[in-house]
Amino acid sequence: MISPEVIHKVLASAVSRGGEFAEIFIEDKQSSSASFDDGKVEELSSGISKGAGIRVVVGDTTGFAHTADLSEPGLLAAAEAARSVALSADSNARPIVLDSAVSYRLPDEILIPSSIGKREKIELLEHMNQVARSSSGSIKQVSAGFGDSYRKILVANTDGIFATDEQVRTRISVSVVAFGDTGMQTGYETAAFTMGYEMFNEIDIEELAKLASERAVRKLSARPAPSGTLPVVLKGGSGGILFHEACGHGLEADHIIKDSSVYKGKIGELVASPLITLVDDGTVGKQWGSAQIDDEGKPSQRNVLIKDGVLTDYMWDGLRARKSNRSSSGNGRRQSYQHLPMVRMTNTYLLEGDEKPETIIENTKHGVYVARLGGGQVNTATGDFVFGMTEAYLIENGEITEPLRDANLIGNGPEVLKNIDAVADDFSITPGTCGKDGQSVPVGCGQATVRITGVTIGGTANG
Amino acid sequence: MDDLEIIAEKIVNQAKPGEQIEAFVAWDEETSIRVYNAAIENLSKSQSSGVGIRVINNHRQGFAWAGTLDPAAIDFALSEARDNASFATEDEYLGLGSPDNFSPKNLDLWRDELASHPTEEKVTLALDLEARVKNLDKRIKSVESANYGDVSSIAAVLTNTGMHANYRQTFSFIAAHAIAVDNDETQTGGGYSVGRTLSELDPDKAASDASMRATRLLGASKPASAKMTVLFDPQVTTTLLAIIAGILSGEMVLKGRSLFAGRMDEQVASGVISLVDDPTNPSAFGASIYDAEGYPSRSTSLITNGVLQGFLYDTYSARRAGVSTTASAVRGGFSSTPGVGARALFLSPGLKNQPELITSIDNGVLVQSISGVHSGVNPISGDFSVGAEGLLIRSGSLGRPVKEFTIASSLQRILQEVVAVGNDVDWIPSIAAGVSLVVEGISVSGT
Repeated sequence: MISPEVIHKVLASAVSRGGEFAEIFIEDKQSSSASFDDGKVEELSSGISKGAGIRVVVGDTTGFAHTADLSEPGLLAAAEAARSVALSADSNARPIVLDSAVSYRLPDEILIPSSIGKREKIELLEHMNQVARSSSGSIKQVSAGFGDSYRKILVANTDGIFATDEQVRTRISVSVVAFGDTGMQTGYETAAFTMGYEMFNEIDIEELAKLASERAVRKLSARPAPSGTLPVVLKGGSGGILFHEACGHGLEADHIIKDSSVYKGKIGELVASPLITLVDDGTVGKQWGSAQIDDEGKPSQRNVLIKDGVLTDYMWDGLRARKSNRSSSGNGRRQSYQHLPMVRMTNTYLLEGDEKPETIIENTKHGVYVARLGGGQVNTATGDFVFGMTEAYLIENGEITEPLRDANLIGNGPEVLKNIDAVADDFSITPGTCGKDGQSVPVGCGQATVRITGVTIGGTANG
Repeated sequence: MDDLEIIAEKIVNQAKPGEQIEAFVAWDEETSIRVYNAAIENLSKSQSSGVGIRVINNHRQGFAWAGTLDPAAIDFALSEARDNASFATEDEYLGLGSPDNFSPKNLDLWRDELASHPTEEKVTLALDLEARVKNLDKRIKSVESANYGDVSSIAAVLTNTGMHANYRQTFSFIAAHAIAVDNDETQTGGGYSVGRTLSELDPDKAASDASMRATRLLGASKPASAKMTVLFDPQVTTTLLAIIAGILSGEMVLKGRSLFAGRMDEQVASGVISLVDDPTNPSAFGASIYDAEGYPSRSTSLITNGVLQGFLYDTYSARRAGVSTTASAVRGGFSSTPGVGARALFLSPGLKNQPELITSIDNGVLVQSISGVHSGVNPISGDFSVGAEGLLIRSGSLGRPVKEFTIASSLQRILQEVVAVGNDVDWIPSIAAGVSLVVEGISVSGT
């Protein structure tokens, strides 16, 4: 993209008024999307965005500027803006040695988005629409969306990192509305991977459309969710959101350093049931949160956060690692070149146990079975978190019975983690979008079926 | 004509016979400052710009965008938008708008003054805010973040069908998030102030809100589950109205996704509810002279005394529904096409302030914040279930703090069971103004 000489010059300029660290992050991203709604191919969209973000760290202060002008004068102007936080005029100019470039290329099997015709992508959506509508006469509306992106990044910093990577991501989703005597209900399914178009050799889009339709139709006869505290069994897969919210965010080092996490000072302590081993892993397969390097040029790694219930480590980006005199765990991520990197999760998952999911349900006398979670939110300082169920059932005498309407569940992270008394062997990961401080990044959440002995269910029916 | 309009005009002038082109060209400049422990944590000052191009040909629409005003990128976007149009389904209602007979209201949304403030002054404002919050109460252990931010944005929309609009606005804010600690217990609370330039900000209010909202939750526990009356703080009402905006979208009605489809002139809410969307009110954060398609903004009555009066429309949905546009096209920026949305929802205020409303509640809870709105509210089915924290209300007085509970009902029932609207209108930076709201019959789930 840009010559190493220019990168060198820009970094030198960035630290010319002092500062212990400077970084340039260059991103060139092409994205496209297609939406099918209301029986029509509604919109195809294509976009390009290209630019550089430059940051300079001086003591506890970070200066940042971004520009879409990738010419040498444009980059130098951004470096000057970023270094405005460095007030001393003396240049403690230490030599910047950029390591021989570490380049990550796309694996050969990746089918890059531009190699596939638009017609082909639209046909996927038309097909999902058809399958969803034909699966039940109650389905009155369907929308389906396709999106892909091809992102090339370059990261170089005064510590000598000089790395490039190429990332291709593809996603597809379907959303339906069912109509009946009880009003309208919705169903949603999505598949998303750090893959190109070859993703469609591995996933079954008909299955996605059917699942979404069945979910909506079933909820037409759903009764209100209970109000109060009950045992909850979370099916493997989307239930990983529980761990993302209950402890994932609280284990991000920026919250720890600012005393805004309930997990501060708990390394080595039992913070969860001994059944819990939690991992954040940017290297796992081609999952939605995976990448070869993070957005600070650090190769992705697998980090064990909780082992057999004992807290072993937090997640770190370069800035917080530097402050704590350790190395980054590969969790420095950013939405785009226009954003500062911060500590973010990649794919966060619970290792599976050895129970059978059926046995866990059979052993639950009265409770709620959550087959699909929709999202959540946490206050890391208090540990209180919510997560929403979009497909759930009553468990009565060890059997799954009636469907329930959507509701949120609420709990406190450290308490809920201790109240997990069963982990099954049916592990899977689902994709999601994680928002923090105004930035969105793709993540994966995974778990096997688990049971929580008691959690508050925010429905309207007497428990 | 300014530079953006010249760029937009160049794009639309390339229209071929029978082709309609819309160019949206935007530029903004942002300052963002975060301080922590009396030092700058980060400071960012940047400009960005881009263009979004919509092409309609034979009633088929295509779109493309570029995050730069570089001519080669703009050419790429135009050719991609054209190509994208050829793949879309023909839809007889698709077509760009042409000027109507509303005249634009002269709204003063830009402050030259903002550019005259040096960055140091903005840093001082954030540092001062952090210090104020810490000094208000000894239980405030730290301020997780104290921020200053501003943005000046300029945009132009032009079409070859005669639409021509430009937009200019400034926005400035301060915000703090306080952490209160007492006996090993931690609670958090936020406060902020918004304006169009620095002199319109109120650091006192931002600091005292953050401190009060964090400290008053100290000692909070789960409430017992019960059905009760809920008093929504203005900020919470804003969130609720922003969800209801989706139900009032004419596009959602046409696509069979609105709870209010077919209910025109019916009583969809309690008689105390009168709701308008009025982006011509300069106090509104979402105020603008034109909508995103270039139509002059206008006020639209949606619900009057609980009776459904109308929906919001953009050019496409209005044409399809056989009505006039309400100038309700909104867009998230140059990278997305316009869609229907509210910009300045305003609930007619009642007569009482919040303390007076509290005296009228025998058994209830004041909800100061909610969480999990994305995961727990379904605007299509109406299911409503969110996490909440606040203070109990007993016999007309505020009682002990409560947290880690949910409040649940349905959007339909909530609207019908509003018994009072406060007089404390607060123009929160959102698409809806905040105001205290008293709603009966809500399920509180705790212990």
